[in-house]
Amino acid sequence: MRFLFEPGLFSSAPVQTAFVIGGVTAVVSAIVGVLTVVRGQSFAGHALTDVATTGGSGSFLVGVTPLVGFIGAGVLGAGAMELAGVQRRRGRDVATGIVLGAATGLAALFLYLDTTRSASTGVTQQILFGSIFTVDPSTIPVVIVISVVTIALIGWMYRPLLLSSLSSELASARGVGVRRVSLLFMMTLAVSVGLSSVAIGSVLSTALLIGPAATALRLTKNLRRAFVYSCVVGVVATWLGVVLAYDSYYWDPSSQGLPVSFFIVSIIFLGYLVSGLGLVRRFVGRRASVVTVV
Amino acid sequence: MFSGFMVNAWLVATVVALVAGVVGFFVVLRGSAFPAHAIPNGAFAGAAGANLIGVNPLIGLGVFSLAAALGIGRLSRRGRSDVVTALALMMMLALGAAFISQSTEYEPQIFSLLFGEILGVSASQVVPVAVLGAVCVAAVAVLYRRLLMTSIAPEIAAARGLRPERVELAFLVVIACSTTMTVPVVGALLIFSLMIGPPAAARSFANRPEFALVGSVAIALVTVWGALACSFTTNWPVGFYVGVFSATWFGLGRAYTWRRTRAVKGA
Repeated sequence: MRFLFEPGLFSSAPVQTAFVIGGVTAVVSAIVGVLTVVRGQSFAGHALTDVATTGGSGSFLVGVTPLVGFIGAGVLGAGAMELAGVQRRRGRDVATGIVLGAATGLAALFLYLDTTRSASTGVTQQILFGSIFTVDPSTIPVVIVISVVTIALIGWMYRPLLLSSLSSELASARGVGVRRVSLLFMMTLAVSVGLSSVAIGSVLSTALLIGPAATALRLTKNLRRAFVYSCVVGVVATWLGVVLAYDSYYWDPSSQGLPVSFFIVSIIFLGYLVSGLGLVRRFVGRRASVVTVV
Repeated sequence: MFSGFMVNAWLVATVVALVAGVVGFFVVLRGSAFPAHAIPNGAFAGAAGANLIGVNPLIGLGVFSLAAALGIGRLSRRGRSDVVTALALMMMLALGAAFISQSTEYEPQIFSLLFGEILGVSASQVVPVAVLGAVCVAAVAVLYRRLLMTSIAPEIAAARGLRPERVELAFLVVIACSTTMTVPVVGALLIFSLMIGPPAAARSFANRPEFALVGSVAIALVTVWGALACSFTTNWPVGFYVGVFSATWFGLGRAYTWRRTRAVKGA
C-alpha cells in the first residue's frame, strides 16, 4: 500500500479538494459526454473549452470572477455556433471552427492585454492548463450546485434529446422541437464544459468529456449501462491521476513532480486504447445489446 | 511599415496565406476542421519537449505533428474520428503540460508558440518556410484529383479503386507539414482560423472548385495582409485580427448565400 499512497495524501487539504472537485466534474462530464459522443459533437465540446478559456482571460481584464467569464463565454459561444449552423451535420465542423478561431483570436488579445497591463506572471499557464490542486475550496458548493442543475437539465430533456440525436426526422414527426432541443443541449454542454474548465483546466475538461464516454460506448451498446461505465471510468481515472500526481513529488526529490492533468489524460487515453481491443470488448459487452448508437 | 523587420513579416505572411488558402480549401471541403485544429495545437507540445532536451523546436514540432497525423489516421479506422482526434489532442497537450512543468520560465515561449511571433521573423526563417510551403502546395497539386473525388463523390472514387483512408492519411500529413512550417511564425491557434474562414467564405462565393480555390487563396492573402497592417498600427496581436477577419469573411459568405437563395426562391 505504501508505494501507492505516499504519506500525508489523505490529510492534505488541496488533495481533499481535488478529490471532491475532480469527482464531481468527472461525473457531470461523463454523463454529458455520452450524449456529446452519441450526437457526434466532440469537436464542439472541445471548442467550447477554448471559448470558455477566452472568457476566463477576459474576466481578469474586467475584474469579474473567472467562473462567470468561463461559463458566460461558453454560453455565448454555444449560441454563436448554433447561429453559424452547427445543428446540421454537414458543415457543422466548419461552423464550430469559425467560432473557435474567432474566440482564440480574442483570447490572444485578452492575454496580451492581461500581461501588458497587469504584468502578472503565470496567467497564460494558469488559464490554459489550470490545476486541480490550486482550486479554492470555497468554490466547491458552487461547482456542486451547477453540476446538479446540469444533470437535472439533461434528465428533463433526456427522451426528446435522445430521439433527436438518433433521428431528427423521427423526432420532428413526433413533435419534438429539434432545433430547440439542440440549442438547449449546446447550452448545457457549454455550462458543463465552462465549469470543468475553470475547475480542472481546459485540457482535462475535454479529456473527461470525451474519453470516458467513448470508452464506455465501445464497451457496451446499452445506453443506460454506458452512462454508468462512463462515470466509473471518469471518476477512477481522475482519482488515480490525483494520487499519482501527488506521489510524483516523491519519486525524484530534485524535480517538481508531474502535472495531474498529464496523469489523468494518460489513464483515460490508455483506457480508450485498451477498450478497443477485441478481447476486452467481448468480455465486457457479452450481455449487452439494445440500442445501437455508435 | 514596409522596411526593416517588417519585410520578413510580409514575405512570410504571404507564403503562409498561400498555403493556408490551398490546404484550407480541402480542410473545409473534407470536413477536416477538427484535425486541422488538433495537429498544430498538439504539435506545440513537441516544441516544448524539444526545448526541454535542447534540440531545435522545429524538429519537435515536425515529429509531433507527423505523429499526430499518423496516429489520428490510424486510430480513426477503429473508432470515430472526432473522438480519436479529441483524445489524441488531449494526450499531446497533457504531454506538453508535463514538459513545461519540468522546465522553468517558459511563459513567453508558450505565448509565442500558441499565438505566433510574426513580427519577430528573422531573415533566416524565410527560406525554410518558403520551401516547406512549396512542398505542401506541390503535395496538394499531386493529390488534387484524388482529394477532390474522395470528398465530393466518394462512390465514384471507390469505383475507381481509390482508397479513401489512404487519401485521408496523405492529407493529414500535408496538414502536419504545413503546421510545422507555420506554427513558429503565426502560432498554432491562428493558422487554424486562416485555414477555415477564407476557404469557407470562398465556397459561398464560387461554385466551381477551381474558382473557390483561387478565391480561398485571395481571401486568405487579404486577411493576412490586413491583419499585419492593423497589428502594425495598433500594436495588438496579429492573431486577434486574423481571427476576427476570418470570422467576418465567413459571415459575409453566409449572408451572400442567404440572399441568393432567397432571390431564387422569390423569383
